[in-house]
Amino acid sequence: MWMLENAFLIPLIPAISFVVILFFGKRFIGADRVHVVGITALGLVWVLSAVAAFQWTQRVENPPPDAIVQVQHHGDDHGDDHGDDHGDDHGDDHAAASGHSGDGHGDGHGGGHSSPLIRPVISTFSDWWSNAGVTFAVGTFVDGQTVLLLMVVASISLLVHIYSTEYVKGDRRYVHYYAFLSLFTAAMLFFVMAQNIIQLIVGWELVGVCSFALIGHWWEEKPNTDAALKAFLTNRVGDVGLLVGMIVLWGTFKTFDIDVINTLISTNPGAHHFALLVAACCLMAAVASKSGQFPLHTWLPDAMAGPTPVSALIHAATMVVAGVYMIARLYPVFYEGFSIGTSSINLMAFIGGFTALIGAGLAFAQWDIKKVLAYSTVSQLGYMVMALGVGAWTAAIFHLFTHAFFKACLFLGAGSVSHAAHHTFDMRKMGGLRKDMPHTYRTFVISSLALAGIFPFAGFWSKDEILLGSLVGQENGYPLMLIFGCAVALMTAAYMTRVIWYTFHGEYRGHGHPHESPKVMTVPLWILAGMAVLAGAFNLPGPVLEPIGLEGLAHRIQTYAEPSVYLNGLGLSHPDPSLNMALVGLALALSGILITYLYYWRRLGLHGLTERNRYARRGYTILENKYYLDHLYNDVVVETVKRPLAKWANRFNQNVLDRTVNTAGETARDVGRWVYKWIDQGAIDGSVNAAARGADSSGEGLRSIQSGKVQNYGQLLFGAAAVLAIVFVIVV
Amino acid sequence: MLLNQFLILGAVLFSVGVYGVLARRNGVMVLMSIELMLNAVNINLVVFGVQHGVVSGQVFALFVIAVAAAEVGVGLAIVLLLYRNRTSIDVEDFDLMRG
Repeated sequence: MWMLENAFLIPLIPAISFVVILFFGKRFIGADRVHVVGITALGLVWVLSAVAAFQWTQRVENPPPDAIVQVQHHGDDHGDDHGDDHGDDHGDDHAAASGHSGDGHGDGHGGGHSSPLIRPVISTFSDWWSNAGVTFAVGTFVDGQTVLLLMVVASISLLVHIYSTEYVKGDRRYVHYYAFLSLFTAAMLFFVMAQNIIQLIVGWELVGVCSFALIGHWWEEKPNTDAALKAFLTNRVGDVGLLVGMIVLWGTFKTFDIDVINTLISTNPGAHHFALLVAACCLMAAVASKSGQFPLHTWLPDAMAGPTPVSALIHAATMVVAGVYMIARLYPVFYEGFSIGTSSINLMAFIGGFTALIGAGLAFAQWDIKKVLAYSTVSQLGYMVMALGVGAWTAAIFHLFTHAFFKACLFLGAGSVSHAAHHTFDMRKMGGLRKDMPHTYRTFVISSLALAGIFPFAGFWSKDEILLGSLVGQENGYPLMLIFGCAVALMTAAYMTRVIWYTFHGEYRGHGHPHESPKVMTVPLWILAGMAVLAGAFNLPGPVLEPIGLEGLAHRIQTYAEPSVYLNGLGLSHPDPSLNMALVGLALALSGILITYLYYWRRLGLHGLTERNRYARRGYTILENKYYLDHLYNDVVVETVKRPLAKWANRFNQNVLDRTVNTAGETARDVGRWVYKWIDQGAIDGSVNAAARGADSSGEGLRSIQSGKVQNYGQLLFGAAAVLAIVFVIVV
Repeated sequence: MLLNQFLILGAVLFSVGVYGVLARRNGVMVLMSIELMLNAVNINLVVFGVQHGVVSGQVFALFVIAVAAAEVGVGLAIVLLLYRNRTSIDVEDFDLMRG
């Protein structure tokens, strides 16, 4: 278990690599060879992460005695309480706590009840600083969720490092690029193993800064710097929510420790409901900005201005899931705050579902291949948030896991296409690349199938779990979320088919001869495509594996990654796998592909509808303008706020501030004048002059005594001695 | 013991010395008057020492004589230099420090 206790080494390595590359890269290593440092560091990180993951599975399989948490077993007595409404407080509470566990939707496979609850490995190294009795600790928090993210970040970052050696070869800021890739990796790894919410905030802001720096990597062009600024400023909006939410959490529980907060909520669900609601709403704003949720998702498509490997690493696989990760990490806060267990719609589920829907809609109207993928990412992140919103914790993390691989593969594939087709991302200048780029084509199709959710690719399994989670929910199902989810499943399959048509089929519409990318780019693509096929195997439902006698391997992510030590106290249940739901999801995806296939390949359907029909054109224009959200923010919100604010500020400035300042100035001047006249000139100068004059006149009077003649002095001396002698005689 | 007589002798000698210091214009005479004053003090010291039966009065007197010898050496040297510079040893002539 050494690695779990010393997990701080994992982010330390890329942090050192960052310093080495940035400060010694150019001079001692050579500007074109700095990637060696980065790749070596990431290789080490990958190995250490793999060791950590292995040791965590060992800890779950053979838990040491101190790792097991003893809790009261809710399942035994639920028969008494369940079903008969006592109507008093005690009965309600108890029924609410125990009701989920055994009845209704069932506790399925490998749930928290049969396996022991494993505590996370928490190492606190030292107190960072303390003030007024509040101590800020530094430490690491390692559990299954952490090691899962460690593996995702390390794997994709390593592949992106390798891929980038070709993609950004010869770039004028090659050193800077690799330095920031290392820093980003360090920050993200630091974030996922945050032991307290202060570290969460620090990691959150660090990855934001790296994102800003890498989006604006080619800052010579104005749109790139604009995009970087937009990403940064939009994230600032959410960061306010993050800070306020964390402050509310601290104010409620008087601790920053994630473990303590989660334990306090899960051992006493129902307490502090209002504070948790406020905290969850504020943190939702942070999630909306970081994870591209409606209405703050607009920065994410613009962030595609950065280099494509960066988009794959930061804006598809890792950084944008920070919000999802934060929800999952502080899940008891959201679960209790939004009453996920008992409601059938809540803010988080709605925002997630709505984001998934509008993101998928926008992906149809984009001509830039990366923007299609960006909106697809928005949509899939919405899926994850929706899954968390309906209580399907495992499904969300499972989808995060699978999505990271196939979306990174799609982005790197798009980069490969652009690398081949003269650095354009415009799909109107592509087409027919199937023959020229067989490796890119095949990996792209595999990942698209995974994204669309086709059996047996990775996305099928995770998407199915999310749809099932929405259908079943906790106490109540989430019907609206199910409708959103099904619509998105259909649309996802359709827009990915459209991308494949425009990019790889038909005739080549660009200029020059496209060529396949070199091996250093296609090998990472194949690895990611392999994961896009296999990642689903990490959480297969039991019934799939029973016929082949491997049911022991079912629900591995649920078994290892789920922090059931917290979630069990909340009474979170897992739905039974449902064949019908899987078939419905698959049918939706297939029909999405089929409709698009018929539309593009067979030229069926209403082609030219947007030219003929007023309403269709209007709808398309709305999509093209991204629902006018950017206009809303820039022209309406910013203008209406800016104009009157500026005017009012000017008036305030002239009338209040200036007047205050002027009055203060005049008063100060008058006071100064009075002080000069009376105090300075009169009192101080007067006394100084008087002292001088007194000294002068007394000196004038006394100078006659100083005759310079010794005998005069002698006379005075003896005279004075005689007088003193007389006084002495008289007195004594 | 004729204590009073000795004290009177000392007082008279001292008064003569004071008169000399304050009234004589010759620098050498002023120095000699100072010697008179010192020796008046010496007489007092010796007398009181004998009166109390201790030798410290006489020891002090010896110290005073030694210091007075050094003092008059320095004083005569100053008078000599004054004479060389001003061809005069009249103390009335020297008032450079007049305010």
